[in-house]
Amino acid sequence: MKYESQKIALVYFAVAMGLFAIQVLGGLLAGWIYVAPNTLSELLPFNIVRMLHTNSLVVWLILGFFGAAYFLIPEEAEREIHSTKLAYIQLAILVLGTLGVVVTYVFNLFEGHWLLGKEGREFIEQPKWVKAGIVVAALIFLYNVSMTVLKGKKTAITNILLLGLWGLALLFLFSFYNPSNLALDKQYWWYIVHLWVEGVWELIMASILAYLMLKLTGVDREVVEKWLYVIVAAALFSGILGTGHHYYWIGTPGYWQWIGSVFSSLEVIPFFAMMAFAFVMVWKGRRDHPNKAALLWSLGCATLAFFGAGVWGFLHTLHGVNYYTHGTQITAAHGHLAFFGAYVALNLAIFSYAMPILRNRDPYNQVLNMASFWLMSSGMVFMTFVLTFAGTIQTHLQRVMGEYFMDVQDQVAIFYWMRFGSGLVVVIGALLFIYAMWVPRREIIERGAVETPAE
Amino acid sequence: MSERSLIDELPGELMMWVLILSELLVFGAGLVALLAVRLTDPSGFAEAQDHLYRTGAALNTVVLVTSGYLAACALHWCRSGRRARARWALLLAAGLGALFLVIKGAEYAGKAAQGISYDTHPFFMFYYLLTGFHAAHVLAGVAILLLVAWRDAPRNIEAGAQFWHMVDLVWVLLYPVVYLAG
Repeated sequence: MKYESQKIALVYFAVAMGLFAIQVLGGLLAGWIYVAPNTLSELLPFNIVRMLHTNSLVVWLILGFFGAAYFLIPEEAEREIHSTKLAYIQLAILVLGTLGVVVTYVFNLFEGHWLLGKEGREFIEQPKWVKAGIVVAALIFLYNVSMTVLKGKKTAITNILLLGLWGLALLFLFSFYNPSNLALDKQYWWYIVHLWVEGVWELIMASILAYLMLKLTGVDREVVEKWLYVIVAAALFSGILGTGHHYYWIGTPGYWQWIGSVFSSLEVIPFFAMMAFAFVMVWKGRRDHPNKAALLWSLGCATLAFFGAGVWGFLHTLHGVNYYTHGTQITAAHGHLAFFGAYVALNLAIFSYAMPILRNRDPYNQVLNMASFWLMSSGMVFMTFVLTFAGTIQTHLQRVMGEYFMDVQDQVAIFYWMRFGSGLVVVIGALLFIYAMWVPRREIIERGAVETPAE
Repeated sequence: MSERSLIDELPGELMMWVLILSELLVFGAGLVALLAVRLTDPSGFAEAQDHLYRTGAALNTVVLVTSGYLAACALHWCRSGRRARARWALLLAAGLGALFLVIKGAEYAGKAAQGISYDTHPFFMFYYLLTGFHAAHVLAGVAILLLVAWRDAPRNIEAGAQFWHMVDLVWVLLYPVVYLAG
């Protein structure tokens, strides 16, 4: 660790990993409710469990991004973070908001209250006071990192990262705008979720990946930057109008079907480019970095993001296909692998890289970490496959044959059982990852003499 | 590393080539979609297409290709030191781009007067999407040409001409498919 203020990242990563554990446990519970639907139906209804599962995902990913920014910006800008105190205040606000959200959701407090009550729009249900807190925290964050970069060295990586983080914060402002017209409500609603995951988050992803590649493979910065610009251009070109693939059936004019189909089909390109980038850098790189776990997560991230976001997204993005598959388990399959590949694995990659440095225990236990990679990834890929099969059958029975929703659900139950099993593997992998990050102090398996060149 | 040198050999900005490739993919996909949907209703598409003002579009083709030629000349002149001449060529190229938009505007106004809009027939949805997106690029291209006429380093003019030729090329692809083929 070159800069003292990089330590801020440790606290962010800790909170992120805590929420990660809650998120996957919530997911496991939701998976169980699919096979035993009456579980907790009075106490903790499915819609609340699902909300916690998705909201905690988004919050911990963003906390991970914040932590990653606090970790890599000092090194890139070659100076300490502008204010350490502000960074901790920012985290305190976010944690308070998160706790407020959980309590409000679970006990359904302040129903209908304009300031304290849950707002009811999927994914942006947060009460207004929490939303305001998020904006304040985001402003503190942007001020803090922008000042650091402005006073320090400016690199392509920090520029793109800042662009992504500014976009993230500005797009969140649309959560305050809630038109009474339902079509308009949905149109702006997608500005947040979609323009995040298929727009500005891709910039964050590309810049963090670029940073990791730079450190892990030792390829020239110039080469990394060229790739970075091409990826970012492709992401913005396809992702912004690609939002149109959410406008097929919400009451917007019909031309969105073609705009959405054409542009969102191109969204595969940046994800393919990121995968190609990661592998080409590893092949070209001459550095044999000891942190193999971080490299594994980086390559896994780029690969699974291409399949989850790129390929599984393309599967149902054309409006002629989506007419049948919309809102079926196909969507769930895509959502799980896309989020896992693109953003979960990205966060776990930067955690794997940064944690040993932050905790001064380099080299540390990588075997457990790598085992957790294979557990989580194989579990998630298996889940994606079973949900894809479930979704295909569901689409045919429900949308083509016209059978009733619940009759169809009974017929695909076997897949929900398999999904629960794969979910269990993911949870074990996630807990193992957290354990590997915090507990062991040395390698379990010593590296063989042949494997250890002079470093 | 042969792969790197191949990219380095490209004339002009790499990012401009990325943009050009992306644009060609989008317009190409749009044209393929138009042709595919036309298969489901050939007579309806032919009937709708007959409402288009083909002579105006042909005139616009001449306008745009001439403008592209001037942009190419501008780069040539700028590189051989004839700076004022290059700038006049760029202004003229931008002027022809504006003329293209005027003719296109008249075409749209004519359609509106006939009560034709994007939801009159699937053909018109593609017509408005493709030519509308293209016209937006012409507008951007005019702005870029004016910008590089002002900041007239050869590198800038090259990038501007690259963009403008892409706009040209897209029109030359759109014109036969949208206006003529049937």
